[in-house]
Amino acid sequence: MSTPILSAHSLVKHFNAGGFGAARKVVRAVDDVSFELAPGETLGVVGESGCGKSTTARLLVQLLKPDSGSVRYEGKVVGPELPLKAFRSKVQMVFQDSFASLNPRMTMIDAVAFGPTVHGVSQSDAIRKAQDLLDRVGLDPARFGGRYAHELSGGQRQRVNIARALAFDPQVIVLDEAVSALDKSVEAQVLNLLMDLRRERGLTYVFISHDLNVVRHISDRVMVMYLGEVAEIGPAESLYGAPCHPYTEALLAAMPSLDPDQRTMEAPLAGDPPNPIDPPSGCRFHTRCARAFGPCSTQIPPSYTVGRSHVAACHLNSVKEHVA
Amino acid sequence: MPDTAANITELAKIERSHGYWRSVWTRFLRDKVAVCAGLVAAGLVLMAIFAPWIAPADPLDGSMIKRLSPIGTEGYPLGADELGRDMLSRLIYGARLSLFMGVVPVLIAFAIGSAIGIAAGYLGGWVNTITMRTLDVLYAFPSVLLAIAISGALGAGILNGLLSLTVVFIPPIARVAESVTTSVRKLEYIEAAQASGASSFQIVRQHVLGNVLGPIFVYATSLISVSMILAAGLSFLGLGVSPPNAEWGLMLNTLRNAIYVQPWLAALPGVMIFLTSISFNMLSDGLRSAMDVKQ
Amino acid sequence: MTSGFSQSDMSLIRVRDLSVRFAGTPPVHAVNSVSFDLAPGEVLGILGESGSGKSVTLKTLLRLLPERKATITGTVEIDGQDVLSLTGRGLADHRGGIVSMIFQDPSLALDPVYTIGQQIAESVIRHEGASKQDAMARALEMLELVRIPSAKQRLENYPHEMSGGMRQRAMIALALACRPKLLLADEPTTALDATVQIQILLLLRELQQEMGMGVIFVTHDIGVAVEVSDRLAVMYAGSFVETGSVKDVIRDARHPYSKGLLAANLVGAVPGTRLDAVPGAPPPLNALPEGCAFAPRCAVAEDLCLVSPVPLWSDGENRWARCVHAKREAARKDRMGAGN
Repeated sequence: MSTPILSAHSLVKHFNAGGFGAARKVVRAVDDVSFELAPGETLGVVGESGCGKSTTARLLVQLLKPDSGSVRYEGKVVGPELPLKAFRSKVQMVFQDSFASLNPRMTMIDAVAFGPTVHGVSQSDAIRKAQDLLDRVGLDPARFGGRYAHELSGGQRQRVNIARALAFDPQVIVLDEAVSALDKSVEAQVLNLLMDLRRERGLTYVFISHDLNVVRHISDRVMVMYLGEVAEIGPAESLYGAPCHPYTEALLAAMPSLDPDQRTMEAPLAGDPPNPIDPPSGCRFHTRCARAFGPCSTQIPPSYTVGRSHVAACHLNSVKEHVA
Repeated sequence: MPDTAANITELAKIERSHGYWRSVWTRFLRDKVAVCAGLVAAGLVLMAIFAPWIAPADPLDGSMIKRLSPIGTEGYPLGADELGRDMLSRLIYGARLSLFMGVVPVLIAFAIGSAIGIAAGYLGGWVNTITMRTLDVLYAFPSVLLAIAISGALGAGILNGLLSLTVVFIPPIARVAESVTTSVRKLEYIEAAQASGASSFQIVRQHVLGNVLGPIFVYATSLISVSMILAAGLSFLGLGVSPPNAEWGLMLNTLRNAIYVQPWLAALPGVMIFLTSISFNMLSDGLRSAMDVKQ
Repeated sequence: MTSGFSQSDMSLIRVRDLSVRFAGTPPVHAVNSVSFDLAPGEVLGILGESGSGKSVTLKTLLRLLPERKATITGTVEIDGQDVLSLTGRGLADHRGGIVSMIFQDPSLALDPVYTIGQQIAESVIRHEGASKQDAMARALEMLELVRIPSAKQRLENYPHEMSGGMRQRAMIALALACRPKLLLADEPTTALDATVQIQILLLLRELQQEMGMGVIFVTHDIGVAVEVSDRLAVMYAGSFVETGSVKDVIRDARHPYSKGLLAANLVGAVPGTRLDAVPGAPPPLNALPEGCAFAPRCAVAEDLCLVSPVPLWSDGENRWARCVHAKREAARKDRMGAGN
């Protein structure tokens, strides 16, 4: 891989969940997460609730400070080597809740123009740019520019949020469940828009979603997270085709079949995901894993390279390596 | 991409949506009760402003023969008080001081309390904890006792009454400001603004203020009636406004001795206080529901 | 499978020309002359996006709509009962006795101040007049039926002491406690994680077969609908636009909206390519266009589509689509078939 445009290095983020002293509870939201993004690629991030996807996104765009670890943009550590404000214009984020992410007292044109004015663009230039962007995301600026968030539909609002992110001419956009709340037919429109923009502007995406179908469609590489850790990361094709972590297998098997002749007959996992407050020892997945063996409950699995830029953190791969 | 000239004409063409305040206004007009309350409140304010022109007599000019004339006496449509002063004129002039004592402390407390509350809410963390716990100490006293204690310590007088009422209202307003700001701060548009690289000052000015001042203001208007009643209470106790000034609370106090002689007369200042406080309360209720756009 | 039944007196549900209007200016046309049957033991999946009227249809069957605001017309018969005329005791027996409902959010159905056991027992006592002991025994039996591990201890649990998946199971146990003939499911798995969702879907499928009840399963997710349904109905802007067996609708969708939904669900899409997305958004329900409500978004719409009523293409009682093109295309296929 050439110099990654954005990379995460051993990010750790724990939240306080109440209690004092010995009874203090800690949510291990993100634990030692590292990955790299090549320019122009799309990394999909999947996992269930509490797996740390959204926290990872907020760490990546520096909305949260990591407890330890760092984020680098083009090899430069954000903060000491690259000023935060310069980083902000390079890496933007689109949130899940299209309504909450727009100021209810701002017109759409002002919402899009706000970012550039923060970075010193004149008011009239910013508004002109906002008009072009609204037009680009498929909203007629003359009709929609003067409206407020509650006067738009969910799909239209999410287009405005995308335009707002684009107003910085960013290189990377982190999309945190950005299409999950939309109706399917509208979701398809927004996915098309995202794919067009990616091609036109050479954008790099981090695409976070719980919908494996959508992630498969838009991503070059996919990262699977479980309880704050990376379970597996690899090219979409090989990860979906030949998963090397039992959790990835389970996620794929849990997808509803779209073939009435081949309905799912057995649930791949029993029970709910455990609480990230007190994650299991060793491999965090071992409590739900049908194939757990000796070392799983005690040793944290290292990252095994299982293919070209395909890595899985599962002890089973050590066995495979020996066999091979 | 179209050229710049075309873009500028485009700029002018954007149809500004009817705007937030405009839609609040139309929704407010639909609320009959709130509109009535607003008209009554506006009438009271006008009455206070134009008192010298409206009042039929001098409110300080008494006549010993006319003492405690009943309502409907010739030349004294609402009777005369214990010093024979025209009741109607005194009630009209009384609106000046009573409204002043109702509105001004709330306005000052609104300015100071919002600033404290918004700062505490936006900054969060230990700043929030220290500020809010300090205010809680003041909040722990019943407001009447606190007002009496402060004005008692400072002595009687309009200015001291004003000061004590302002201090009483800062904690509740700051508390509301803090809770509204804290809930707004968690919304994603604030995160988006942070991700844009804007400074805290820019974010508060552009994204926080507009969304929190409305609700705080509505809460503050509901305090106007409380402030009036407290001011009346202070005057009643001999703190705050002092005779011979006309002020409803003070009038209630001095007329209380006449309650067995002229009960209706003695009740008049109380009726005015009631009317004013209920109209301001209903006005603020109407404002609150009109400002809730998402309905 | 129950396709091909024709005598409507055999059916568990018979809905004819059901329309629901909500008061407003202009009024909101939430459901527009919907007709369907459901045989005992059949599972009908209603597929639609937000605002399509699928939840309103479901609530009408349980008479859960606010009576002052909603005007309901048409006939709804469940198990031979005219549901729209039920009152008082009859309505209470209908709800929870003959028909039961499960929701997306279990906290709507479970009372936070009672234990799971108490809530199930309470429902059994109310509907069957059982003794307290019998009712508790039934509660335990139900928790075991929905495969809640260590059911005996769980009886004593309050809803907040359970995980999301467990709460959903408890809600299903509560809904099925009085052996309803009909279960209405309103997006019961939407809020769940993928690995939990499939568990609940499989559980519902098993229980449905074991207890032989009819189920109407409302969802926006085609994959979920395919997992549980015998028959699918696609709903758009308050109307059923297409219905048929799951296989027919998935493999041979006739209505352009159904086709669009399938494309949006990435059925057969090549990764990274543009999707065949339906443009625009559904019309507001207080300003429905004349003719086919989908016409403004439809790629193949023509003048004929703007005329009411929209012609019906039909291939058997339970396989139809309301579309000009479906009818014409079918006619052309028939001619070609005859030519060969």
